Amino acid sequence: MTGSGRRSGNAARLGLMAVPVVFFAVFFAYPVAAIVARGLEVDGDWQFGRIGDVLAQPDVRHVLWFTTWQALASTALTLLAALPGAYVFARLDFPGKQVLRAVVTVPFVLPTVVVGTAFLALVGRGGLLDELWGVRLDTTVWAILLAHVFFNYAVVVRTVGGLWSQLDPRQEEAARMLGASRLTAWRQVTLPALAPAVAAAALMVFLFTFTSFGVVQILGGPTFSTLEVEIYRQTSQVFDLSTAAVLTLIQFAAVAAVLAVHAWTVRRRETALRLVDASVTARRPRGAGQWALLAGVLVTVAVLLVLPLAVLVQRSLDAPGFGYYRALTREDGGTFLVPPIDAIGNSLQYAVAATAVAVVIGGLAATALTRRDAGRFVRGFDALLMLPLGVSAVTVGFGFLIALDEPPLDLRSSWILVPLAQALVGVPFVVRTMLPVLRAVDARLREAAAVLGASPWRVWREVDLPMVRRALLIAAGFAFAVSLGEFGATVFIARPDSPTLPVAVARLLGRPGEMNYGQAMALSTILMVVCAVALVVLERLRTDRTGEF
Amino acid sequence: MLLSLAGATVRFGGRAVLDAVDLDVAEHEVVCVLGPSGSGKSTLLRAVAGLQPLDAGRVTLDGRDQAGVPAHRREVGLMFQDHQLFPQRDVAGNVAFGPRMRGASRDEQRERVRELLELVGLPGAARRSVAALSGGEQQRVALARALAARPRLLMLDEPLGQLDRSLRERLVVELRELFGRLGTTVLAVTHDQGEAFALADRVVVMRDGRIAQSGTPLEVWQRPADAFVARFLGFDNVAEATVAGQAADTPWGKVPVPEDAPQGARTLLVRPAGVRLVPADAGLRCTVAARTFRGTHVAVHLQPEDAPRLEAACALRAAPEVGDTVGVEFDAAEIVVLG
Repeated sequence: MTGSGRRSGNAARLGLMAVPVVFFAVFFAYPVAAIVARGLEVDGDWQFGRIGDVLAQPDVRHVLWFTTWQALASTALTLLAALPGAYVFARLDFPGKQVLRAVVTVPFVLPTVVVGTAFLALVGRGGLLDELWGVRLDTTVWAILLAHVFFNYAVVVRTVGGLWSQLDPRQEEAARMLGASRLTAWRQVTLPALAPAVAAAALMVFLFTFTSFGVVQILGGPTFSTLEVEIYRQTSQVFDLSTAAVLTLIQFAAVAAVLAVHAWTVRRRETALRLVDASVTARRPRGAGQWALLAGVLVTVAVLLVLPLAVLVQRSLDAPGFGYYRALTREDGGTFLVPPIDAIGNSLQYAVAATAVAVVIGGLAATALTRRDAGRFVRGFDALLMLPLGVSAVTVGFGFLIALDEPPLDLRSSWILVPLAQALVGVPFVVRTMLPVLRAVDARLREAAAVLGASPWRVWREVDLPMVRRALLIAAGFAFAVSLGEFGATVFIARPDSPTLPVAVARLLGRPGEMNYGQAMALSTILMVVCAVALVVLERLRTDRTGEF
Repeated sequence: MLLSLAGATVRFGGRAVLDAVDLDVAEHEVVCVLGPSGSGKSTLLRAVAGLQPLDAGRVTLDGRDQAGVPAHRREVGLMFQDHQLFPQRDVAGNVAFGPRMRGASRDEQRERVRELLELVGLPGAARRSVAALSGGEQQRVALARALAARPRLLMLDEPLGQLDRSLRERLVVELRELFGRLGTTVLAVTHDQGEAFALADRVVVMRDGRIAQSGTPLEVWQRPADAFVARFLGFDNVAEATVAGQAADTPWGKVPVPEDAPQGARTLLVRPAGVRLVPADAGLRCTVAARTFRGTHVAVHLQPEDAPRLEAACALRAAPEVGDTVGVEFDAAEIVVLG
């Protein structure tokens, strides 16, 4: 028994980690390394001097500076706008909550190019604000920041709200009885309990905005450019692979540094929380304050999230008799080998496969990471899982093309390539969503099951799974949505005859003419509806099972 | 022996939480480990359950070394301090959990649930949600759940810790009867001496990860092994003394000791019943600092002029008022020379 219990625990953990580790090595590290090598290796010599050269350019420094500060500003703005929303969704009960929850998630799954275009239609030249009051924001950084808030509102609401709804309200009541005011109780009790979730959400928002591509591409114009946009420009327009490789490395290093800081702060805050059934914590709003908060959140959602989508839908309906929609079903021979409408089926198939992969890989990883006695190696693994969010999707997509096209792993012609790339981005979501809840499950509940004869696998199934089912469904929803909307990597690897929705939209937007623009808007609207339906189904599934909690 | 621990040691950081503990529990025996919080008693249970790996030593069950046997194959039951009922299952789901893990059929599970809920006095509670149970009911369900798996050894961690006093006293009696009837082998830990004495065939007192004393409740109560055990049992009249013949030199002056008392530098325990109050001009002069009503008697706290406080047990009618000056004499029959 001496030490052997610990050893077998480690063995089990390594077993759980093996699958995600292999997955990441083959489908992430290898393609990225291959493309970096392509850029920096000349005749077997590594040209590390290029790094210094590139960094010395004022343009590059400017890009780096802009990338960083706009990401910080976007994160701060998103938290500011979305934390009240997280509270409202977690603690208040009101009619239409389910629908609203789906509504706020929709922006997150829209292709970035569509969001960029929708904001252009809202705040750009000839846009809605321009028509009404002559206000234009497309030449300022505000357009980018607002689009980022639009995008990431759901990240904060879902990640923070998910945990918030399961926090025991009596903890706050205990603090109130000890003389804390409502605000102080929140600050001293609830906020620290939420801190890991807030930190996780903030980190995700930062990573998304730091690596923002489509939005900045469209709204940034010539003035504002992020690293990702610059990488894309260097890869596909200037064909300067070595500069692209250096920029990829810089982005990678920056993201790794952020993740290291995150891992360090999270480690110091892990606590077992009292979790309760989320359905009993939400109440009808009481008092002027709560009603005002609810109203404020509804207004924010309406202006920030619904308005751009409404403009999008309105533009798609501009042609008489659903002209743009009807055009989607026709083969036009030029842009597509198949009718654009086929993209819906492709997207759904890919997304289902990608979700399955992401949930399995992410679930295994999160379970392995749950052990409290996690060593340094395991913590490193934790941070590693987040890296795909920070590495240029353009690089990953291009890396897939040049790395996975020869034996022993020739996947070039396989349909699985697209879901694999999309799952890479989905896994971090699954892990981030499940980890706070898994960690908050009281370890002694697991022990109680073990003593009653449950093997570790049964313990997971009988104790952890019922408690994290909610988180698992949220995670699956995220993964599904992310793969539906993924663009940066998919655009490189989707076969011409089977485009996904975002790829099809981008192709249509890339062509001149009102008809193509209108079709792009119509296809985006369809994508939006598909996501909304999927999310509502997910929400429904969830409430059907709350009886078990 | 059903259970034996030999040199069982667990270290957290450099500190030994369980320090070379030897302990045997025979079949059908009810053993209660008594100790203050932090004495390592919960760790002891966790080590036996297989939830806490040992750093040294051995745990054997039925003569088989448990090294490398994971918790779920040890067939011991553990009732957690705060019960740890599965919140997402109803009462029946909780009780049936153990049999289900061991592959019992649905009919067997149902029968077992019915049988055990009957046994713990909650017939018909099968479909209730555990969140809707009172503290006492939760405790009964936790007990039913632990017993349903037919463990070789049932371990209880502070089994009655969170219940109110009258319920606790009633349940102690029920548990004692139940274990006697079922012939269950029990290893319980508690910090409450009343609970330990009422429940156990044998009491084991722990201190800082070591066993300070082991014996029947009567033995431990009558002859605490050392000053720690005496104080833990609630005796405060403990002092260093030099024993010579039938008298001891103490901070309270000369005190008579029983005939066969060990000689030399010793620790002396004066039971409150052995502190007799006499008129102020006789014996040790003390001021009454406080008095607390204990139901059957009054505990009178006495402050001598330059010696540690003394506690005396007085009949209600004879108890002096706070501030009174009294004299104190000692009764050799109620004095124990420790170790």
